[in-house]
Amino acid sequence: MSDELRDLYQEVILDHGKNPRNFRHPPEANRHAKGHNPLCGDQLTVYLTVGEDGLVKDAAFEGRGCAISTASASLMTEVLKGKAPEQVKALFDNFHYLATGAGEAYPFAGLEDDLERLEVLAGVRQYPMRVKCATLAWHTMHAAIEGEDKEAVITE
Amino acid sequence: MGILNTTTTYDVERLRKDFPILQREVFGRPLVYLDNAASAQKPRQVLDAERHLYEDEYANVHRGIYWLSDRATQRFDEARETVRRFINARHGHEIIFTRNATEAVNLVAASYGRRFLKEGDEIVITELEHHANIVPWQLLREEKGIVIRVAPIDDDGALRLDKFAELLGPKTKLVAVSQMSNVLGTVLPVAEMIAMAKAVGAKVLVDGAQAVTHKKVDVQALGCDFYVFSSHKLYGPTGLGVLYGREDILDAMPPYQGGGDMILTVTIEKTTYAPLPAKFEAGTPAIAQAVGLAAAIDYVEGLGMERIAAHEQDLLTYAAQRLSAIPGLRLIGTAPGKASVLSFAMDSAHPHDIATVLDRQGVAIRAGHHCAQPLMERLDVPATARASFALYNTRAEADALAAALEKVEAMFRR
Repeated sequence: MSDELRDLYQEVILDHGKNPRNFRHPPEANRHAKGHNPLCGDQLTVYLTVGEDGLVKDAAFEGRGCAISTASASLMTEVLKGKAPEQVKALFDNFHYLATGAGEAYPFAGLEDDLERLEVLAGVRQYPMRVKCATLAWHTMHAAIEGEDKEAVITE
Repeated sequence: MGILNTTTTYDVERLRKDFPILQREVFGRPLVYLDNAASAQKPRQVLDAERHLYEDEYANVHRGIYWLSDRATQRFDEARETVRRFINARHGHEIIFTRNATEAVNLVAASYGRRFLKEGDEIVITELEHHANIVPWQLLREEKGIVIRVAPIDDDGALRLDKFAELLGPKTKLVAVSQMSNVLGTVLPVAEMIAMAKAVGAKVLVDGAQAVTHKKVDVQALGCDFYVFSSHKLYGPTGLGVLYGREDILDAMPPYQGGGDMILTVTIEKTTYAPLPAKFEAGTPAIAQAVGLAAAIDYVEGLGMERIAAHEQDLLTYAAQRLSAIPGLRLIGTAPGKASVLSFAMDSAHPHDIATVLDRQGVAIRAGHHCAQPLMERLDVPATARASFALYNTRAEADALAAALEKVEAMFRR
């Protein structure tokens, strides 16, 4: 395999794509949104359990998609746990920059390790057709946070 | 090797030289273009025909008194005649130029459908239709309250002709079916289906967007009322489609769009319409594209539709064998008599991951729902990977596809 392809399909991505973490529907979840990419047929549902203190107590997802979108969702649910709203926003913004090159990245105290973990997805920037695979879960999570229960979000 | 062989052998390496884009590389590898069901590459003969028109014989058509306009009009009319001959329509004016096959279906839905179909009338389609042969009828359903009935396929992707027969009845006013599936490669028994539809008095539209590139089409022998296809899948320019309609039906239909070229006289009170085909071709048509399409038709006829079909069939059989040997790969669509399209799924990798890995090896295939979401649902897959073959593909390219897929398997197998 070419090194270039290895940049996209790093071992962590292949692992999370095949064995996604937090792949479940927690009954106590109080936020959820469905994400659908009509161009490729990928769909997933993100479930969040947000405490009264605003912290994300649990994050999970279900659905089907390619290795990139599944791994991205899996890693996202791992880094979201225990985060406060402003941390979630910082993760979202930084990930968006990481995957698309749009917007801006900024340091945020306490998130260094999480952002480093997400770096494995930076390879999608070299694959414009695949960027939306990586961002689907994050946009869906954003919709879940924004509205209490949203039915669908579509990423272009 | 005698003289005989040079006239009977299908020399694919030689004709590949007619297609400039096939000489290029992608990511440092020779391009292996296997997305022909989406659009075919263009031979130099087509590019030259368009270029020649623009450089030498171009003006607007049907308007100028001057020599050049007359010349361009002649070329445009000749192109229509080439299309007529190609599908054996009775009259040149039964050939309507549209933007693409999709617009041709929309024209029939908007003009024929609005005028002649009423609430409760039934349109029969099949489970393997492309969105272009679903959505126009749904729009008509919203407006007119017609009923859409769907003939099912079996697990191999073959049409259940018995179920199709059961759907036909006195309420059936139109049957609109693909001649060949863009996802599965299934070739439908349209001649039989047309005869069955005629027996209940229904009109028939055949979507030939896929089929027309693989087999000789004779609309009179088929007996269909409408036949649609697009230029770009037939090695011709983009921006041009063809609607064939039987003269008496086209005559009875109201115009689709209003404008210049489609009128006889215009007063503010009343406009009378031009005769066929101009009635359905408002505004300046795709002149150079039509000339390009005619060159594409000359090209495929020069090779011979039967020989092209035999070459593609050989490739399909060979590639299917190669792919079947790959662990965890499942072919989707195995109907008897299928043509030129190989859809598949792999246990180890999603179609998008397959397509990305193949792309970096120079192999262009399609991954996704192929504008046939109801069919994906029927097959219970979110998407498929699809390789589709054209007259210029080779066994070596099928080998490249198989080798690239083996890399996918090695990479994603856990």
